[in-house]
Amino acid sequence: MDPEAGLLTAVAPAPPTGPAVGRARGRAIGWLVARRLAFGVPLLLGVSLGMFALAKASPFDPVQRYLGVRIIGASAERLAQLRANWGLDEPLWGQYGSWLAHVLTGDFGDSLSLQQPVSQVIVERLGWSVLLVVVAFAAALLLGVVLGTVAAWRQGGWLDRGITATSYALEAAPVFWLGLGALYVFAVWLQWLPGGGLTDAGAAPSAGQLARHLVLPAAVLAVSQAPWFVLFIRQTLLEALTSDYVLGARSRGLPERVVVVHHALRTALLPFLTLLGARVPELITGALLVETVFSWPGIAKATVDAALNVDFSLLAALTLLATAAVLAGNLLADVLYALADPRVDLDG
Amino acid sequence: MAELTLTGPDPALDAAPRWRPVIRSRIGTTGPPRSPRSRLIGSATLVAILAATVIVVPLVVGLDQQVVDLAAANRPPGPGHWLGTDELGRDVLLRCVYGLRVSLAVGLVAAVVSTVLGTALGALAAAVGGWTDRILMRLLDAVASVPHLLLGIVIVAVLRPSLTAVVLSIALTHWLSSARIVRSEVLSLRGRPFIDAAIAGGSSRRRVVVRHLLPNVAPQALLAATLMVPHAIWHETALSFLGLGLPPHLASIGNMLNDAQRSLLVGGWWMSLAPGLLLVITTLAVAGLGGVWRDRLNPRRRSELAW
Repeated sequence: MDPEAGLLTAVAPAPPTGPAVGRARGRAIGWLVARRLAFGVPLLLGVSLGMFALAKASPFDPVQRYLGVRIIGASAERLAQLRANWGLDEPLWGQYGSWLAHVLTGDFGDSLSLQQPVSQVIVERLGWSVLLVVVAFAAALLLGVVLGTVAAWRQGGWLDRGITATSYALEAAPVFWLGLGALYVFAVWLQWLPGGGLTDAGAAPSAGQLARHLVLPAAVLAVSQAPWFVLFIRQTLLEALTSDYVLGARSRGLPERVVVVHHALRTALLPFLTLLGARVPELITGALLVETVFSWPGIAKATVDAALNVDFSLLAALTLLATAAVLAGNLLADVLYALADPRVDLDG
Repeated sequence: MAELTLTGPDPALDAAPRWRPVIRSRIGTTGPPRSPRSRLIGSATLVAILAATVIVVPLVVGLDQQVVDLAAANRPPGPGHWLGTDELGRDVLLRCVYGLRVSLAVGLVAAVVSTVLGTALGALAAAVGGWTDRILMRLLDAVASVPHLLLGIVIVAVLRPSLTAVVLSIALTHWLSSARIVRSEVLSLRGRPFIDAAIAGGSSRRRVVVRHLLPNVAPQALLAATLMVPHAIWHETALSFLGLGLPPHLASIGNMLNDAQRSLLVGGWWMSLAPGLLLVITTLAVAGLGGVWRDRLNPRRRSELAW
């Protein structure tokens, strides 16, 4: 963010407000949402087509997979029967069309690896993944804002250097390695927290059990996401601290805390909003790896199993879901930004 | 966010003067400061040491890193095995060196392949323009909106885990940044007089692209490739860790971490610590070198977060 923008907030007269302006702004945001949705639908179609093409390009034969060793004794009629039943004889476009038609009614087919309908797999597991990601994201955000503010405030001091260096090191460390480290220290060595799963073996699921099992995976995911937030907040806050309105606030004798938190941090957080949505892919990637380390029963385990067993119906559904989440994250960030900053132009 | 307050006064903060003239030190400086020389020297030395180690050690030592010695299994670090042994009695330090060798090689090859792919597509989009450009850019948007590890997993699932599958998986998910960079570079170069001169002189479109545009985007593309190496290594490690990467006989850092998972629960911390730490050091060294180079090449991009 350039200092000019900060100057504008401080000096320019407040933009005219009132019900009329608010309504116009609301309409503009509505159009933004509509445009994004109109762009998102063909994009999701494209991704689904890509997934379908990948599945078809694979040398893998679903009939062979279904029969396993029994394929040796299977008659040619039985194989042909299976192919006809699954629609594998139809031309590719026909197959894609019927698959898409089923997807639109919420039927993603059956998962070969988990022997369940794909929709059931997702319903059962998505909640746990979302819980993990939301808790970790909130913690990472809190860590990022607090540590980033402290680092920018003490720029060049040992606290700043320590925070910045740790952030760079953590950014370079793979999240699953951090997970293994946390697992060893807290679950194996100190034995403070359980090392994996959703509940203790055989224990009834309860809120207390769940919270204890959530601490390690969520903390690891948060710590792996936080460095980016810390460095970003530090950077934008440093720029905000050099701007004239902060100098003005200081010269008026406002307490340092008010200057940093209420004046500088407020503007520094604005560009942060748009970038939050851009973190969704990183969060999904991180969750995938953290869930694997801690055997968290979310969709990560299903994804890895699906990939190992060439379970394309499940993989396709999960990829579409992740893509939709990424698009939704981007849209949410833009809407938040538009709501927070009335100067933002919505015609882009 | 206005109600956000810092949690409690930190005694260390109070010891320092309340008023820190952050501004004064920055007023009057034109542009961002150059990256310190120490960063260049530090990163370059580290990269040189690591490269020399992974090239020389296997030649000199001549030991088979796969030698299984069950009598010496699961030994903690100590004399004889400085970093201990794994569950099959293989020396962790030696396996780290071989693992880094595989990871670095895969990372380098994958970074080069993805940059070549990105450069070709970016140059094509910018040089041809029109519908080609639009379609390629929409393709880029589509690929960018699928989380790259997930897409990489799908690609490996299609091709079945193997060395080629891993390299392709990285290349097909990481070409976006170099395509964007090359496209915008070519677009800005296209308006320059020497391109007009070449066209006026009767050069074919192909000749303009190959002789005039590509040599001028080469430094940026090389930089993109360098900055891509840590990402590529990360991607390979993640895939191998999930069991979707390199076959077990190619000991990469990711495979080692995957193996170490089992021993961790019975207390074998050294099998995970060493490979991961080595990976962090390598990533920081390569990224640091790329960062110094980027600061010199594009001083204005310095404020970007990747260092």
